[in-house]
Amino acid sequence: MKTLENLYRQIIMDHYKNPKNKGLVDDPKYHTVHIKNPSCGDDITIQTNVTDHHVTGVRHEGSGCSICCSSASVLSTIMIGKTVEDAIYMTDHYLKMVANQPYDETIEFEDAIAYQGVRQFPARIKCASIAWQAFKQSIKGKE
Amino acid sequence: MFENVKDDFPVLINNPLIYLDTAASSLTPKTVIDKMNEYYMHYPVNVHRGVYELSHRATQMYEHARTVIAKYINASFDEVIFTRGATSALNLVALSYGMDYLNAGDEIIVSELEHHSQLLPWQNVAIKKKCRLVYVPLDDEGRITVDNFLSVLTSKTKVVALTYVSNVMGYITPLKPIIDAAHKVGAIVSVDAAQAAPHLPIDVRDLNADFLAFSGHKMFGPTGIGVLYGSRHLLAKMTPIELGGDMNDNVEKDHAVWKDAPYKFEAGTPPIAEALGLCEAVQYIKKLDITAIANHEKALAKYTINALKKIPGITLYNPTTETGIIAFNIDGVHPHDAVTAFDQDHIALRAGHHCAQLVIKWLKVPATLRASFYVYNTFDECDQFVQSVIKARDFFLSVGF
Repeated sequence: MKTLENLYRQIIMDHYKNPKNKGLVDDPKYHTVHIKNPSCGDDITIQTNVTDHHVTGVRHEGSGCSICCSSASVLSTIMIGKTVEDAIYMTDHYLKMVANQPYDETIEFEDAIAYQGVRQFPARIKCASIAWQAFKQSIKGKE
Repeated sequence: MFENVKDDFPVLINNPLIYLDTAASSLTPKTVIDKMNEYYMHYPVNVHRGVYELSHRATQMYEHARTVIAKYINASFDEVIFTRGATSALNLVALSYGMDYLNAGDEIIVSELEHHSQLLPWQNVAIKKKCRLVYVPLDDEGRITVDNFLSVLTSKTKVVALTYVSNVMGYITPLKPIIDAAHKVGAIVSVDAAQAAPHLPIDVRDLNADFLAFSGHKMFGPTGIGVLYGSRHLLAKMTPIELGGDMNDNVEKDHAVWKDAPYKFEAGTPPIAEALGLCEAVQYIKKLDITAIANHEKALAKYTINALKKIPGITLYNPTTETGIIAFNIDGVHPHDAVTAFDQDHIALRAGHHCAQLVIKWLKVPATLRASFYVYNTFDECDQFVQSVIKARDFFLSVGF
């Protein structure tokens, strides 16, 4: 059933209220990507560090709604330690999951599974996507 | 007031929708849809071109629309230019008059209340022509006042580009004294009436504006059509910004001669069905009576504001609005989160910066919610909306906002 409770899950609220890895670093090893959604004002910057083909650091900063801001925090906790291939694969399938497209359901999305509810709210897909899109750009720019 | 008016709007029939986003686009009455269908069903051909009977009929209907709209705003027939909307109308003024008649050091007065469609064309002129963009200081409520306007008006002011009604705050700009004062220093005044035309009687002679622009889709009309009113002596000396079919009199290998206004500003095939639709929308407004419409919206807004004021945890940004626009937020809740809650209750309202980022920055918030009323809204809907606000506030509090 399409309810607000399906969208505003506890994990999302936890990350919104107490975001992890928040704040940008002034470190040239990190690759920085800034994405803005001018229609709603969401504004997210993602920084990624890749060492030996692994994601070793993700930082984020920005302003926006709870879905947008929390998703940046969630992705930062999930991605650290992953190989670049796994990170990109998961990102592609996360973006499909929130957009209500077929995706690889065998992936262990960890906390990001909480965003499954977004698919019932087409107007909010963009909110859940922009941090992940910025992450994908940042990791590709780093390769 | 307007008891059975909902029946005029096909989208509202058997639909629980509470539509509070008229400031973005109004809903379309059946008469307007029927008029556009009539064009496509019975004389769907080009205007001003064919000498055959059908084209003559299409031309007659298109020009009849211009006559009706001219009369509605108390302009002359040749002072009404059909455009794609208020945006292209305001761009026409800046790109033609602004680029041809402004010089380095000239001053252009705007305000932080301006919609981007009024602000950005003049910001562009200011950059390219090395003019100074001057902002009317807004008062404590965020209003343009005559005194504040006079404080920035100088002998260097050449253009005053202001909104008639703010699309975020709903305030009505005291334009008459502003226009009088601007004319005394030799400046011309371009008015963005996109939020005014649907809700206030417009009389360009009485207002004495040099240019005035509005859109069809905010006043029961279709998208893709708008109007630029320009005073005859200014239109006569202005050059068109779009060149092409229909706008010329004579074309030679190395030069061409334009038609007179309004035709020199209407290059290419115009939005014919849309012009007919806008004409029908004006007839619909005339039938309902614009003053009655304005009073209805104002009453709904006042009623809703009084109810919202009593709810803790709600911030109202324009409690003294004199039109049907309410800007507010649920404290601690981003408007995009809030709007999803209203959507669940079939209430459509706008969240964001409303294409007016400067006033959102002036308010020092990331974005706002905006509810706007029109004839099809009722006091019962206001009650439901207020209940939905309380429900949304409580929900977001409960999940930890």
